[in-house]
Amino acid sequence: MNIVLKNVNVLNPHQKVNEKNVSILIEDGKFKNIGELTPSEIKDSKVFELDGKYVVPGFFDMHVHLREPGREDEETVITGCNSAANGGFTGIACMPNTDPAIDSAEVVTLIKKQSAKHLVDVYPIGAATLGRKGEVISPMAELKDAGVVGFSDDGVAIKTASILKRSLEYAKMFDLPIIEHCEDESLAGGAMNESINSTLLGLPPIPSVAEDLIVMRDILMAEYTDAKIHIAHISSKKSVEMVRDAKKKGIKVTAEVAPHHFTLTDDAVKTYDPNVKMNPPLRTKADVDEIIKGLKDGTIDCIASDHAPHSIEEKEMEFEYAPNGIIGLETQIGLAFTELYHKKVLTLEQMIEKLSINPRKVLNLPVPEIKEGETANLTILDVDAVWTVDKKKFKSKSSNTPFDKRLLTGKAIGVINKEQIFIDGSFSKI
Amino acid sequence: MSLSSRHLLGLKDVPKEDIQLILDTATTFREVLERPIKKVPTLQGKTVVNLFYESSTRTRISFELAEKRLSADSINFAVSGSSVSKGETLKDTVKNIEAMKVDMIVVRHACAGVPLMLTKITDSNIINAGDGIHEHPTQGLLDMYSIRERLGKIEGLKVCIVGDVAHSRVALSNIYGLKTMGAKVSVCGPSTMIPKFIDELGVDVIYNIDEAIQENDVLNVLRIQLERKAREYFPSIREYSQYFGIDKERLEKNGKDILILHPGPINRGVEISSDVADGNSQIILQQVTNGVAIRMAVLYLLGTLN
Repeated sequence: MNIVLKNVNVLNPHQKVNEKNVSILIEDGKFKNIGELTPSEIKDSKVFELDGKYVVPGFFDMHVHLREPGREDEETVITGCNSAANGGFTGIACMPNTDPAIDSAEVVTLIKKQSAKHLVDVYPIGAATLGRKGEVISPMAELKDAGVVGFSDDGVAIKTASILKRSLEYAKMFDLPIIEHCEDESLAGGAMNESINSTLLGLPPIPSVAEDLIVMRDILMAEYTDAKIHIAHISSKKSVEMVRDAKKKGIKVTAEVAPHHFTLTDDAVKTYDPNVKMNPPLRTKADVDEIIKGLKDGTIDCIASDHAPHSIEEKEMEFEYAPNGIIGLETQIGLAFTELYHKKVLTLEQMIEKLSINPRKVLNLPVPEIKEGETANLTILDVDAVWTVDKKKFKSKSSNTPFDKRLLTGKAIGVINKEQIFIDGSFSKI
Repeated sequence: MSLSSRHLLGLKDVPKEDIQLILDTATTFREVLERPIKKVPTLQGKTVVNLFYESSTRTRISFELAEKRLSADSINFAVSGSSVSKGETLKDTVKNIEAMKVDMIVVRHACAGVPLMLTKITDSNIINAGDGIHEHPTQGLLDMYSIRERLGKIEGLKVCIVGDVAHSRVALSNIYGLKTMGAKVSVCGPSTMIPKFIDELGVDVIYNIDEAIQENDVLNVLRIQLERKAREYFPSIREYSQYFGIDKERLEKNGKDILILHPGPINRGVEISSDVADGNSQIILQQVTNGVAIRMAVLYLLGTLN
């Protein structure tokens, strides 16, 4: 089937393409013609009248927790991919804290197999150490050959400096990054950010210095080993400042931020709603302000959801007992455009860099191009769509979000990849 | 006169008029407790559940006694031997209790925020009997009652809360209540036991116990929770008692008449010595009696609200 995307703006900063009001013909999943289409090209195709919406390289979320294998009741590879497509993503990287962890080729192969036919590309992140225990480095070469694109013990930081050093050195052979969840173990275990609010609410605190200490350690180690480190879900002011300084020195550090960390502060915890419990925790306005600054000046390279599905019964528990994390695939684009694009923090080009181009660059993946002959891997974006989050409409198997009923501006209305289109809530072959 | 809220979740944001009303009502019930027949029919036909997810002796008995004195039907639900050990969620437990048509739930839980959570899953009146390290409002109220009973007022007094402020549910309730009633509040303890941002609540922080004695009219000495993690926050019990413990010698050295409260149970020889605990004009035991009166007042005011 041929597809025509009629009257769109094509924007891909990676290829320096910015074309207004063109039409796109896609044949067998490939760009056949971009520009003015002839009536016969249009006649034989399924035409989507898009009326000035943007076509951009498919969005990529580099921090997603699929719960397969282990907790398929919360999310499977397929439901996670459906959620990604519904959120506007054509590619995701999934974290290794499954059960068993992604520390063997078998688990990588399982995930690859489950997602093989799906529109969304799934790239597993391998565990940096066996079982994410921080004792022995994982078989990184074997994992790479099976298809992983980075290594992480996400959920926790790599336990010791010596194992971190070895992980960085070993991963460097494959030019793959170590992705770090930055949290000092001895300061971990609280339920919210340490601030006046933790005192007021009587919740055990996690100080921001718990994050900063590991960010500092990791930057120093990346410099020492001249290897790549990627700071996951950065949340504290000091950490952003350290990454900024490290980048100036030429240290190979990159960073991502999750939408909740630039949208909410720990004031949100006053409701004791377990759907605002995450790790790293929501922090203060000063932290949010620095994150905004870091997004603007390029200190923070990527926006990633840290999509963390949990069952309803687990998230209905007492705040202190409830597990950390919220789902984010289906709110990320709306939150990012509402908070960053429409508030004039980032330009549209910068938005696409942080949501599509940079995550792939960090993971050494090719950035999709929008040109004749290339495979169509794209997101159709309506930057001005005003919509209300409705968790009942999520494709994710879980619904743990604090953003239900929130009014957002900006939405991905469809995605195309792997000869498939997802639009208006359903997939079809093209 | 009636309360402005149908729950007592904490003393934060409770208006002065409400606190005044509870203290005044408690005065009436305090008198009832001195009668040969210590029972009034006020809450006849009302059912109160004491939902205790954490072991407690005095608070639970105090509530139970208050309920019985008011002629309410009271039921105790404690963790052991209940459905909790079978893995039932808090929500299910509360929904089940509600289905048995109860009017009020008194809840004690190790997690902060549980009383608020209960207001969202049940229509019963909720009374917080201590949630995590958050609040313990009836303790705050009975402390204020005891101060007012002894010193005739609360407004203008200088009150210092001494000890493990960071892991105390009593401290926050005291701070809120006392400040609302016009007292000047400070905290004193090892710096590891003082929350980092407590000064933003408008309280002074003192690290020297002699200074705290010199500058205050009342000390509210918190229990050091030896059974909890708190033990990791100071080097040794010996060092704690030497530098923050209240004993007769220290009081005499400072040569000052000062009212000393303790929410109990006492670690004798740790935060307070036996001679001070026993010689302190029996106020610590009076606090316990006042606790029953305060809880009667709260139960009565909430139970007759509708």
